[in-house]
Amino acid sequence: MKTEIAKIISNRPITGGIYDMWIKTTIAKEARCGQFIGVYPKDGSRLLQRPISICRISDDKESLRIVYRVAGKGTDEISSFKADEDITILGPCGNGFDPDVLKIGQTALLLGGGIGLPPMLQLGYELKNKCLDFKYVLGYRDSDTFMLDEYEECAGAGNVIIATDDGSKGVKGTVIDAINANGLKADVIYACGPMPMLRAVKQTSEQMGATAFISLEERMACGVGACLGCVCKTTKKDDHSKVNNARVCVEGPVFRAEDVQI
Amino acid sequence: MNTSVQIAGVEFKNPVMTASGTFGSGMEYVGLMDITRLGALITKGVALTPWEGNPTPRVAETSSGMLNAIGLQNPGIDVFCERDLKFLEGKDTKVIVNVCGKTEEEYVGVVERLADEKRVDMLEINVSCPNVKEGAIAFGQNSKALFSITEKVVKAAKQPVIMKLSPNVTDITEMAKASEAAGADAISLINTITGMKIDVERKRFVLANKTGGLSGPAIKPVAVRMVYQCAQAVNIPIIGMGGIATAEDALEFILAGATAVAVGMMNFHDPAASVKVIDGIEAYMKRHGIDDINSLRGVVS
Repeated sequence: MKTEIAKIISNRPITGGIYDMWIKTTIAKEARCGQFIGVYPKDGSRLLQRPISICRISDDKESLRIVYRVAGKGTDEISSFKADEDITILGPCGNGFDPDVLKIGQTALLLGGGIGLPPMLQLGYELKNKCLDFKYVLGYRDSDTFMLDEYEECAGAGNVIIATDDGSKGVKGTVIDAINANGLKADVIYACGPMPMLRAVKQTSEQMGATAFISLEERMACGVGACLGCVCKTTKKDDHSKVNNARVCVEGPVFRAEDVQI
Repeated sequence: MNTSVQIAGVEFKNPVMTASGTFGSGMEYVGLMDITRLGALITKGVALTPWEGNPTPRVAETSSGMLNAIGLQNPGIDVFCERDLKFLEGKDTKVIVNVCGKTEEEYVGVVERLADEKRVDMLEINVSCPNVKEGAIAFGQNSKALFSITEKVVKAAKQPVIMKLSPNVTDITEMAKASEAAGADAISLINTITGMKIDVERKRFVLANKTGGLSGPAIKPVAVRMVYQCAQAVNIPIIGMGGIATAEDALEFILAGATAVAVGMMNFHDPAASVKVIDGIEAYMKRHGIDDINSLRGVVS
């Protein structure tokens, strides 16, 4: 992990309020799927990094892609950064998804909800490269199914199932509704999305007898495990403070669903 | 050029430290900066037993600063000694351990447990954390309670004692004087200023704890003023902190009367912020032809 003044390759909107940025950075060499980088705003009134998940690591391991939602003034400022501009980033942060948990002959479901979708793309490619069997189940708000073509390209169109809140595309409802409607089963579930979705994933995985890995989000300050700002309740004593409060930025953001109280 | 300073007989190679709670015990910053450049590392508050801290959200960004209500989550003194102090073994920097507790007995218990730890150069007594319901700030907002706990801690301590003062008082010089009168070797200030942030869209508090401690460059003018006031009021050394981001910020505190300074929230913005402050102080001394950092202390009065 390091801080680096990196170079923006491109930064463009892909749909309302969601931006797609490629960054040329040596951090890409160490990065794994499911990890995140901290992106610092330049405005001196905003001093904390914005944790943003890694969407893609380039094949030559020289650049990273992040897809992020403008959620406030900090991400709004980041969305205004231009190609060739410098950008200060911290990373790679956190533990990431472990693609090696899935074995040949087993099946994985990769669940992404809203702005939790982007990290599932890199994971999909890593599973694909190992010739492992997986399906995407993606939850969108409405028919604005951003990046869908990319997931279809990764997994094959027949292996991408969609749920929309308004029913305008795919199954009406959540990713869990889509799993049930299609009678999907899995040995391993990887998920990233809003907390209600992750709670439902935890429950569903228990019923299915699948091992679930969920990526959590929490307000963060340092991003390196020093401030203890971004903790989540764990079922066992955590490694750092021995009080059932693990750090999302270091022990996470990916946890085994059974290990966290959400 | 001399950048070294002394506090209670302990010599620091330069006056720059990392403030408690913003730097863990240094382990977290391995690879991000060189901790041996620091004059001292002040570790995150440690209590007699593990504390789980407050519910989340615990942190919120504010203009040129942040609010935190961590609530002193810590693994307790046993794990701290076995793991954190072991990590610091052999590292060429001074170690100041920040001590917290809910009762006088708990503070004294931690201090006694640290008495034989050779790696501990000084103790900083946290009587100013605004985010825990018992102890901490309750001792720091009443000069009689502060005098009493300082006296007990000083009596039990084998290392020199720094009392960390809260800005959330009517007159901080009263607290500085009480610390000095009770035998403290030094004082450090300021801890965070109690604040609040409200999410107007959701119509609720941003922090689960409702209130939190404000830190970062936003509080620096308040901190400089308080360091100056305390420097006029007491003769024991002062470690100044509160929003230091640059060498110029650190020098403001030194010119106001601080012997040493600590970089806090800015470690979150840039893990190498403290090293940049050290380099910047040296550059300033060269630029101004200053041979000894000690000649700058308190010259503005």
